Amino acid sequence: MNELAEIISQNEGQIRAEWIRDMGSSVQRADLIGKDELEEQCRSLLSAIVTGIRTSGPGDLTAAGWSSTREFLQEISASRARQGFSPADVATFVLSLKRPIFSLIRREMASSQEKLFEAIWTVTELLDRLALITSEAFMAAREELISRQQEELLELSTPVVKLWDGILALPIIGTLDSARTQVVMENLLQTVVATNSKYAIIDITGVPTVDTLVAQHLLKTITAARLMGAECIISGVRPQIAQTIVHLGINLEDVITKAKLSDAFALALQRSGRKVVRESGAPVSPISGLFAKREE
Amino acid sequence: MERIPVLRMGSLLLITIQVDMHDKLALQLQDDVTERISEWGSTGVLIDISSLEIVDSFIGRMLANIAAMSRVLGADTVVVGMQPAVAITLVELGMSLPGVRTALSVEAGMELLFAALPGTQSGSGHERSEA
Repeated sequence: MNELAEIISQNEGQIRAEWIRDMGSSVQRADLIGKDELEEQCRSLLSAIVTGIRTSGPGDLTAAGWSSTREFLQEISASRARQGFSPADVATFVLSLKRPIFSLIRREMASSQEKLFEAIWTVTELLDRLALITSEAFMAAREELISRQQEELLELSTPVVKLWDGILALPIIGTLDSARTQVVMENLLQTVVATNSKYAIIDITGVPTVDTLVAQHLLKTITAARLMGAECIISGVRPQIAQTIVHLGINLEDVITKAKLSDAFALALQRSGRKVVRESGAPVSPISGLFAKREE
Repeated sequence: MERIPVLRMGSLLLITIQVDMHDKLALQLQDDVTERISEWGSTGVLIDISSLEIVDSFIGRMLANIAAMSRVLGADTVVVGMQPAVAITLVELGMSLPGVRTALSVEAGMELLFAALPGTQSGSGHERSEA
């Protein structure tokens, strides 16, 4: 099959020009990738394909001779995934190489039908496999992106804030699954130790639904905190969630629950022997006086 | 033989676990604690496990047992300074140590025990343990 490699390498310039023309506007995407960069990628890929056919033959893409081609394709697919190309764009990049090579083979091998057919079949198979590699690499890059974002979300959404000396608050946003519970629990317990806090308020206003699993995760966190000597209060229980908890028969009797974060905070202050009082001489703004009257 | 010291502080017993607990040591500690409580008539036991980094179900049960035995002998038990990793492990093992009282630091634990001493005004710590 070295003949194939010769045909490609001899007409490299012509193939490249036709290839870029064939890709069409969808793959070229001038807004995402520069013309020079695209041309450079085409040149590298073509020379890598020629090397691959020469050293390992077109049949087995897992052979050592193709390693540079594979790596190159994976690299550009990954970079395109990050740039925002669609999977079709990335596959078309390789597949649009078919027509220029086919027409070349037809011209060069017109003498023998047998050889012509065989060469075309080989090239089709080769390019299809290369396109599959790009798709796989594209997916892998996307998946990596998604899992990284998930991790970041995990870190972002579980802050532990100190409300007062010895009182922590943990506002939970989003559904609690096992992985998140682990992070939440570790964060909370570490902060309990670091700040020597006796009370921790877990606010579930941002938790869309509470099912038995979420409740179990919450109870685990509360038990772990209790083992360390801290007391947990659950706040932000919405009316629907209170109904769901009762309907599901979840036992939260050993846990203190409050409707509002402020109620829980007041309880924590009271338990730690503190009290919030209005300073007697504090000026009351005229606007707040108006509101107070209207409420009456 | 290696053993964990049980210190006497007035009517309280102070135990700090600073070595890796193995089963024999745990059993020895159970013997020592019960013996000391009846010998000295202690009313409170404070176990500091802040240096304990590895825990298994046996050690967890030992803590629960010591608390239960002390209760039978008329003494309250407070476990103080449990590390986050240890707490998580015990919860994952399904051991919530329901009969054991806990505190964040030795200081807080002492307060809890003193509050429960007969003759002191505040009995709030005692009430909570039974709740």
